[in-house]
Amino acid sequence: MAEALLTVDHVKTYFDVTKGLFSKKQIVKAVDDVSFSIGEGETYGLVGESGCGKSTLGRTLVQIYPVTGGKIYYKGRDIDTLKKTDRKEFTREVQMIFQDPYASLNPRMTVGEIIKEPMEIHKILDTSQQREERAAELLKLVGLKPDHIRRYPHEFSGGQRQRISIARTLALNPRFIICDEPISALDVSIQAQIINLLKEIQSDLKISYLFVAHDLSMVNYISDRIGVMYLGHLVEEGTADQVYSSPLHPYTRALLSAVPIPDPDVAKARRKIHLEGELPTPLNPPAGCPFKGRCPSATEECGKVRPEMKDYGGHKVACFHAGPSH
Amino acid sequence: MALLDVKHLTVDFNTDQGVVHAVRDISFSVGESEAVGIVGESGSGKSVTMYSVMGLLAANGGIREGSVVFGGKEITEKAYPSRKAYQAEMSKIRGNEMSMIFQDPMTFLNPVVRIGKQITEVIKNHNKVSDAQAKEQAVALMGQVGIPSPHERFGQYPHEFSGGMRQRIIIAMALANSPRLIIADEPTTALDVTIQAQVLDLIKDMKEKMNSSVIMITHDLGVVASLCDRIIIMYGGKIVEAGDAREIFYQPRHPYTMGLLKCVHNPEKKDKLTPIPGSPPDLLKPPAGCPFVDRCSQAMRICKLRMPEAETYSETHTCSCWLEEAGKRKGENHG
Amino acid sequence: MTQTERQTEDLDDSMFVKLEDSEKDTEFIAMESKTYLRDAWDCFKRNRLALAGLIFLLFMIILAVLVPILSPYTYDSQNLDVRNALPSMAHPLGTDKLGRDILVRLMFGARISLLVGFVAAFLNLIIGVVYGGISGFVGGKTDMVMMRVIDCIYSIPSMLYVILIMMVFGSNIGSVLLGICVSSWIGMARQVRTQVQTLKQQEFALAAYVIGAGKLRILFKHLIINCMGPIIVSTTLMVPEAIFTESFLAFIGIGISLPQASWGTLASEARSVIQSYPLQIVWPVLAICLTVLSLNFIGDGVGEALDPKNRQEV
Repeated sequence: MAEALLTVDHVKTYFDVTKGLFSKKQIVKAVDDVSFSIGEGETYGLVGESGCGKSTLGRTLVQIYPVTGGKIYYKGRDIDTLKKTDRKEFTREVQMIFQDPYASLNPRMTVGEIIKEPMEIHKILDTSQQREERAAELLKLVGLKPDHIRRYPHEFSGGQRQRISIARTLALNPRFIICDEPISALDVSIQAQIINLLKEIQSDLKISYLFVAHDLSMVNYISDRIGVMYLGHLVEEGTADQVYSSPLHPYTRALLSAVPIPDPDVAKARRKIHLEGELPTPLNPPAGCPFKGRCPSATEECGKVRPEMKDYGGHKVACFHAGPSH
Repeated sequence: MALLDVKHLTVDFNTDQGVVHAVRDISFSVGESEAVGIVGESGSGKSVTMYSVMGLLAANGGIREGSVVFGGKEITEKAYPSRKAYQAEMSKIRGNEMSMIFQDPMTFLNPVVRIGKQITEVIKNHNKVSDAQAKEQAVALMGQVGIPSPHERFGQYPHEFSGGMRQRIIIAMALANSPRLIIADEPTTALDVTIQAQVLDLIKDMKEKMNSSVIMITHDLGVVASLCDRIIIMYGGKIVEAGDAREIFYQPRHPYTMGLLKCVHNPEKKDKLTPIPGSPPDLLKPPAGCPFVDRCSQAMRICKLRMPEAETYSETHTCSCWLEEAGKRKGENHG
Repeated sequence: MTQTERQTEDLDDSMFVKLEDSEKDTEFIAMESKTYLRDAWDCFKRNRLALAGLIFLLFMIILAVLVPILSPYTYDSQNLDVRNALPSMAHPLGTDKLGRDILVRLMFGARISLLVGFVAAFLNLIIGVVYGGISGFVGGKTDMVMMRVIDCIYSIPSMLYVILIMMVFGSNIGSVLLGICVSSWIGMARQVRTQVQTLKQQEFALAAYVIGAGKLRILFKHLIINCMGPIIVSTTLMVPEAIFTESFLAFIGIGISLPQASWGTLASEARSVIQSYPLQIVWPVLAICLTVLSLNFIGDGVGEALDPKNRQEV
């Protein structure tokens, strides 16, 4: 990668959830020491189950949550120390699409107002008339009708609302969009629509994506590279093909085998890896490998030290028992 | 004889915007110990169909036409002298002969009552058993659905369980009285993939153990692929295609079914995703013809005007699409 | 299959021509687009009781404006010849012990009572929404301090404030309003704070933050506008409460001073002749009752109309 647009460097996001004044301090380590970088025009898929910290990381990147440790660099500059004009540029260029299309649009605003608002804030275009025209144009771009501009969000279906959300972010001509599980609340037939729309936009406008998702099926399709998170840690990273065709981490393998396949013969023939138990809480996480409690190949070693990320030709994995030789 | 027989079911909802025609003249049946998947998008009428079977329609909705026969008995309101008699009968059937698993377990669990008590309640509602017996049964059930140390967790409250565990509790409650029919409404949509796989396997195992029939409602063809014998595809309040699993997955006839199969990413194949364009039809003013017409790549003029009749391809496989007729005509014209 | 064939015989081959994309209507929405207020009004109209309340209130307001203008009498013009008269053509509701026309006095009273009610409710709305909004939105230590201040104000009985303020500032409309407002905005502030706290976690509020919206914009355009429902309901219900408090104060004699008479004062005056002319006390009491009752009905109706649960979405 020649130049990284966004670099996440040993980022930690902790939350203090201590109840009451005098109780024992309790810290949720939602994101614990995660590093990766995303290039210009690239899509990075971030996969993991609920509670693994993937959404928290996404929100940390747009400064909804403060960083507890580590640094985030956008265009080579630390986003925590940006000057006023640079900050303005950062908020315009780095945007986010949210998970729940029913909650991410203000129910009291018309679609037109929703799409025009970011333009008003950042003073894009001069007159209200021009913004209105641009909003109609954006609606068309995401496959809706320009005359939907006066309608309210509740009159639309889930997929339509998600497209309105996308139009809102595009109003700012962003360079980088964090897609926080944008399809997980939608029907499968609509998921493909949104994914294809995002891909089209990317090829037209050269936008980078951080695509957060809880399963590997669609992520593989849209991403250039994929990172797998478990309990606040990045456990595997590689190109989409590497992660998909030759997963190294036992957790990635389990995730892959859990994806439902719309083909009865293949589904019946497939060897399933059953994970025992459920995700432990990130509140006081266990020492050693975060996955050891559910891992089919865990040994004593895994309980003691946390495995470091090891690089096997661009395919990285944090596991003592993984690697091309295993 | 079929366990559940639905004929010409039509369900309407009155809203302040007008009448929503949620389900329009659908017929299907479910045999003994058969697993049937009902697949469709939100707003296709799949959940409404099942709610009307169970007598759980919202106050503004009602069955306008059609009949539902369960175990040889008519269970629509019109077959009963009064609403009260109907509801009394339905509450006897629900949770006993027919039980449900919902998408969100918390809508079904009472947050301030211990889990154990909620399960024993279901057992005691329909059986004359002592408290001790009910408890024994409940603990056994919890073990069966894979809850570790059921004795200890018997006294815990719903919030102490994770999402996957709550769904297991719901399954335990649904199975408590060995129902003949289990209706599962998107039971895994709210769960993570690894947990989803666990829960689907559990439903499959329990179905085999209890020899019950299962109706699985979902929007994801992947979920029903390995579980269901027969699959019904619903769109815009109508059944557009029905057939056994192999017929639906390997010889789909309806453009919508084909579209559904193409827009799910199959990790075993590296096909390009072809989404179905557009949004589902608005059932406030459903189209006169085929509901899929506006999103169908092969739509013809006739599709806008008239709903096609169901064509039968095999004993199990039916499909309603004008393409069949168009194909026939083409053949005639050329030959 | 014969049945199918018979049904399709009437169809021309031209019916089987492929549709152009332009002939399809993929993103069709049948639902009529209604603004929030229009929708709420449609729902409100269906509530007969609330509608009746609204009509009564409007009628009362019109009378309060018109009667003193059109009537030949003023609120303090005494006519000792017709003391304690029963209703007649000249005096529709009769006269009081000094021969003043009761209808005119009642409508002047309506001016005062309604003014007190609406102004108090409005002040409550402003103070409560701003205070509660800031407290809930900023959160943390600011929120803690602001809430403790509220607790302190709340710990003193509200009647005490009113009486103290009346003693210091004299008995005029201003001090009655001040007295009522000192503590009654607290309920509103607490309500708004809770709502704002929940709403600020919602994705649309986060989305507003991400697109770079300033704090004030998020607070007012995104958060407070979404708790307008309960705010409007409490404001509507605040009006009768204030009218009631004012009447009560006037009745026990520490309200707005004579000869300007609010309904409470009228009731208090009529009390002295209750043995011989009981009808005189009926008028102000009836006015208070009906007004308070209709405002309560309106409040219920507004609450129902603005409650999202009553909106049927399918």
